[in-house]
This record gives sequence, structure tokens and C-alpha cells, in this order.
Amino acid sequence: MNLYARRLFLNRFNLLVSLFTMLFGLFWLGWILLTLFEAGFRALTPDLFLRMTPPPGSTGGLLNAISGSLFMAAAGTLLGTPIGIMAGIYLAEFGGRGWLAPVTRFINDILLSAPSIVIGLFIYEIYVVNVRHFSAWAGIMALALIVIPVVIRTTENMLRLVPDSLREAAVALGAPQWKVITLVTVRAAKAGIITGILLAVARISGETAPLLFTALNNQFWSLNMNAPMANLPVVIFQFAMSPYENWQHLAWSGALLITLSVLALNIFARVVFRNKTPVY
Amino acid sequence: MNAAVLQSSPETVVQKIEVKNLNFYYGGFHALKSINLGIPERKVTAFIGPSGCGKSTLLRTFNRMYALYPNQEAKGEILLDGENVLSPGQDLNRLRAKVGMVFQKPTPFPMSIYDNIAFGVRLYESMSSREMDERVEWALRKAALWDEVKDKLRQSGTSLSGGQQQRLCIARGIAVKPEVLLLDEPASALDPISTGRIEELVHELKTDYTIVIVTHNMQQAARVSDYTAYMYLGEMVEFGVTDEVFIKPKKKETEDYITGRFG
Repeated sequence: MNLYARRLFLNRFNLLVSLFTMLFGLFWLGWILLTLFEAGFRALTPDLFLRMTPPPGSTGGLLNAISGSLFMAAAGTLLGTPIGIMAGIYLAEFGGRGWLAPVTRFINDILLSAPSIVIGLFIYEIYVVNVRHFSAWAGIMALALIVIPVVIRTTENMLRLVPDSLREAAVALGAPQWKVITLVTVRAAKAGIITGILLAVARISGETAPLLFTALNNQFWSLNMNAPMANLPVVIFQFAMSPYENWQHLAWSGALLITLSVLALNIFARVVFRNKTPVY
Repeated sequence: MNAAVLQSSPETVVQKIEVKNLNFYYGGFHALKSINLGIPERKVTAFIGPSGCGKSTLLRTFNRMYALYPNQEAKGEILLDGENVLSPGQDLNRLRAKVGMVFQKPTPFPMSIYDNIAFGVRLYESMSSREMDERVEWALRKAALWDEVKDKLRQSGTSLSGGQQQRLCIARGIAVKPEVLLLDEPASALDPISTGRIEELVHELKTDYTIVIVTHNMQQAARVSDYTAYMYLGEMVEFGVTDEVFIKPKKKETEDYITGRFG
């Protein structure tokens, strides 16, 4: 076999292997989604959005869990995003000199890959144990702690993509650094930063572990921030493990809801901000 | 060298910028070696020389752009109207408002055409929206861009073509009414027609501004400048009236570069 034919063969072979591994991965993903849709849609009724989580054996919905999840995810994002954006700006715009930025970046990377259960236990230890009860506040703190490193990382990366020539151009007009950052560089990186925030929201909306030790769960409608609050992931966890069939159905529907909303958020983030970042 | 300039030009020349014994370092690299130079007021001065000779570096000391980066250091004196811009007490933002700069690549800000121009003006002047409208129109007219963009001032500055973007950047630079305009290869990324427009513009602007232009293109230097400095390896080889530098250069190195025997 000559060299050229050998290369052609290798090329085809590797392409085939790549294709096969992709199909292998997609197969399981497809199976998971199929199972989820099949079981989830069975219990998907208007009641799901209108009634509270039921006691075993009776009918009900997931209203308290849905609203609790939405509320805690929103509050966690609101709490974590400003911190994340400001820290990201620091790392990208002021992190060139000194040791603080590299150390922060390293710790942030560890936080980014920390198992979420560790974060839940951390809040449990420093907050829940001290106030002696589970609460929505504790859940929000845990979610915010997951949001922060994601937003820091994306903000820094997006700001680094802004070319130095743009900063120089603003500086050359006599603009002070804070105006260069707020009016020019952050604006140039806006689409990427917002995408990062949306991906952080998607990440926290499915997290069970950090809420298990913090917000716990609540069978009833509650907006009390100092009391346990219902949320989809923990409800799914409890109901799916229960022997009661109606609870199991509700768990499937809850899982479907989370999957669909995360999917919608991801698609939204990618479609809305596609091609919006100017090219230099 | 200032003496040489004065000898060769009958009119009295006022030095806007005087560079005295300037040395520049990128970390350990000695990029500019004992530069002495006088930039005449309301004239166009061109810096020519092969890549890496230090012409952009010299330009970037005039507004202390290098100060953005660690490990870059200038020693010596640069007098702007007699005041040393390298002194530690120099207010950099004020200096840069006085010494504008246009870069090689167009750098429109991610905002509307109007706001691109207004951005710099708002930094140092507060004015009514009518005055601002007038200033924006004035700057765009000066930069020969008004007719092309007057109906789309609210559109993004990044939606313009490369040549238009560069003229937008020039308009942005002159809108703040600086005293000196530094042009760092402003036409090197543009097509011949846009280049021609920008050269005409430079010619017009020199009635109001002191202009320093860095260029790789010797024909361009010959066309637009009144004075030319030839630099090589961080040293100022020759500086004088453009016609003389091009027609009968005093140094052999300059002649070799200009005639293309070296490069």
C-alpha cells in the first residue's frame, strides 16, 4: 500500500470511529430523553401547575416546588451575578500585575469544579447549624455559591476576548479606566457575559445536593425565607425514592420540567446572542 | 537637528513637541536610543523606517500609551508646549485628551456611530444635546464621513466598512479637539481609495492640528508630510524637511532605504 492510499484509509477509519463514538454517546442521551418524555408526559396535567405536592395516595401537583425553585434560582442568580461579574472584571482588567489575581483565579477554578454537595454541606455547616433550621435563605446562598465561579470564569474569558486595541482606543481619548471598562470593554463583551449568566442559571436549576442540606423541602406553599422551601430537585429526589406511585409520576414530571426549561434556556442563550458580538 | 529644520525652512517653525535624549525600554530591550527631535506645530511629521525600528514606540511615548503595560519604561524628556509629559505628576487622562491617537486597525466602540463620536467629547465637556449634535456633525464632516452616515447615526459603528470605520475613528479623535493627532499607520489596512481619502484628510487637518504619522509607505510619507524622520534600529538616522530627505538625503542609510536598496 503506498503512502497516499494509507493516509486515505487512515482518514476514513478515524472518521468512522469518531462517528461511531458520537452515535454511541447520542444513543444514551436519546434513551434518557425518551424515557423521561414517556414517563414525564404521562403525569403532565394542568394540576401539576395548579396544586401543591400531595400526601401519599392522593392527587396533587408541583406548584409549591415549581415556584420555590423559580424563586430560589432567581434569588441565587441575583445574589451571585454581581459578585461574579465584578470579580471577573477585576481578573481581566486589573489582574495583570501582582499575585492576587492568579491566586483568585486558581481558587475560583477549584470552586468551579467543586462537587455541589460540598457547597451544600458548607452552607449547612456555617449557616444552617448556627440558626438551627433549614431555610430558603440557606438554599439561595448555596445556589449563589455555584453561580459565582461560573460567572467569574465567563466574564473574565469574554473580557479577555476584547482586543487590547479597543481599550487603547478608549484610553487614547483620555477616558479614565472605569469608563473604559463600563462603557467600552464590558459593553463589547456583553453578549458573552449574559450567555454565561444564563448557563449558570441552567446549571443551578437542576442542582439537588446543595438544596438537600439547606432549603430542604416543604410539603406546603411557603414564601417564608426563614423556613424550608419546596423545590423541584429535592421533591424529585424524595418522590422518586418513595413507594407511592402518584409520587413517582410527579417526580418524572418534575424531571421533565427541569430538563425542558434548561433546554429552553440553553437554546435561548445560544440563539439570542448568536452573531451579536462584533468581530474585530 | 532642530537647527537643521530651522535652516532649511524660511518660515519660523514653532516646536509643538520637543524630544530630548529619550530612551525607551521594553523590559531589558533598549528600543529607543537617545532620540532628539522637534515636532513642528501645525505641520505633518512622518516617521518612516523598517519594521521594528521604533517608530510606533516613539509615537506611543507622546501620549504615554506605553504606561498601560508593565515593564515598559521611557527615560528622558518629551516637552509638549514646554511641559514634560514624562514627569510622574502628569495627569495621563488630560494629556491624552490633548494628544489624540488613531490606530492601525479601525477600533469602533460597540455603540452607535453618534455615540462613538460623543464618547470622547462627553468625557471633558458638558454640552446641550443640540451642541453635541453640531459637534458630531462637525467631526464627521471633517473626517469626510458625514454624507455617508448622516442617515444612520444611530446604527452600530461596527456596521461600517473598514475605510469608513477608520474615518469614524479619526472623527472620534478630532471631535475632542486635541492639539496633536498621532496616526499610527492609519491607512495600512485600507484599500487605495480609502487611503486617498485619509491622506486628503491629513492634508486638511494640518491647518488646525499638529500631526505625527507613522507609515510603512514611503510614497505616503512623501505625499502627506512636511517633515520626515527616518529611524533605524531605535535610532533617529535623519530628520528634516520631507522634500530634502527624499530628494537629497544627507545620510547614506536614508538614501538606501528610500531608494529601496535596503529593506
